Amino acid sequence: MNHTPRKNRRVVLVEPSAIITAGLKSILSESGSEFEVVGCFEELSHYLERAPLLEPEVILVNPVVFDFAKRTLLHTYFEQQPDAVWVAVVHGFMEPEVLRQYHGAVYLYDDKHKIIRQLRQSLEERQQNSEPTADGYELTDRESEILVSVAKGMTNKEIAEAHHISVHTVISHRKNITRKTGIKTVSGLTVYALLNNLIDRSEIE
Amino acid sequence: MKHLLFTERMKMADLIHANYRLLFVLPRFGIRLGLGDRSIGEVCRQHNVSTTLFLLVCNIYTYDDFLPEVGELYSFSAEELTQYLHCSHEDYIQHQIPEIQQQVKALMENCEAKNATILQEFFDGYCREVTNHFQYEESVVFPYVHNLSVGESANRGYSIGQFEENHSNIEEKLSDLKNILIKYLPDSKAGGVRQKLLLDLFLLEDDLNKHSLIEDRILVPLVEQLEGGMR
Repeated sequence: MNHTPRKNRRVVLVEPSAIITAGLKSILSESGSEFEVVGCFEELSHYLERAPLLEPEVILVNPVVFDFAKRTLLHTYFEQQPDAVWVAVVHGFMEPEVLRQYHGAVYLYDDKHKIIRQLRQSLEERQQNSEPTADGYELTDRESEILVSVAKGMTNKEIAEAHHISVHTVISHRKNITRKTGIKTVSGLTVYALLNNLIDRSEIE
Repeated sequence: MKHLLFTERMKMADLIHANYRLLFVLPRFGIRLGLGDRSIGEVCRQHNVSTTLFLLVCNIYTYDDFLPEVGELYSFSAEELTQYLHCSHEDYIQHQIPEIQQQVKALMENCEAKNATILQEFFDGYCREVTNHFQYEESVVFPYVHNLSVGESANRGYSIGQFEENHSNIEEKLSDLKNILIKYLPDSKAGGVRQKLLLDLFLLEDDLNKHSLIEDRILVPLVEQLEGGMR
């Protein structure tokens, strides 16, 4: 494939390290005008506030900016920018199941060509897969929180109090969780939560 | 549908060809393979098995909407039925579940240690629940049925109506186990083990569903008749 790359793809960096941010910026600017860095953020929340205005096509993000418990639940963030490509910036160890959720990953010791290639590849794959996916099967943030409470052995009433919602709402969340996961029993949901790293074994009563 | 049902003049061997899941059923009636061309009626008489009961079980196993006629329930004793159910329980506890246990163990050896423990705990929980349920039937329900059938007024305060609620959680756990294996347990190296385990779980699930159908469609109405007779 030898078509000329598109110009000015909007890139956002979410990376706590100033050195790495500067390095990535410099590599991307050397690539000519293919990529344009439209924003750099040290914290996820700052980025999320600005995200709707920036409309990035590529989000280069260090997975450590997500709370540990949420690292395997990135799709809920991804949904906010369904067209963007999320590429992990990896320095240090990161679990494979976390990385699998990203559209690609670049590593600290990758040379600059490899980094550019990775970004192009992720964008291309994203385009090919842009047919509607099986939406409505992913748990929402709220459902994941409720699921964690269920897995910890809390009753509907306790969950309602902890999350400041009605028992009725808890029940409807639980129905949706079961519909989406296909898991009906509490112990089954605990297994689901453990396998997806939503909770730690020590948190189960 | 009547003309489709199994009858005592059919060959026993053809029964298995018609529905191979009945392979689970024969040993519980004490019937062994090497059937030759003998008819269902012949084989049943040889083994001292009520042909009516045997056919009821086979028809329930094979035809989803099959319901026994009231008259058919009088032609065998409640004891014969509980004997069959007892043998089914033994089969689950001594053969089917331990075999699945072995497969779960083999699968775990190829899993990450953390996931292996999670899976093991869930499966142990399932086994405990199944065993408890069978034990409850053996120690509460069957003695109750026995007392009724010999004409003793059984312990008051219990009736077969209380019986039916118990099955659902066991079925749900088994279905969860299948989904965990199909959807959520990260891929492990040993390819065949997981598939084989799932196939066996599907068979076990089917068989357990039929087992509870037999309890709902034969045991419960039969006992209700006996209860009615006591009043």
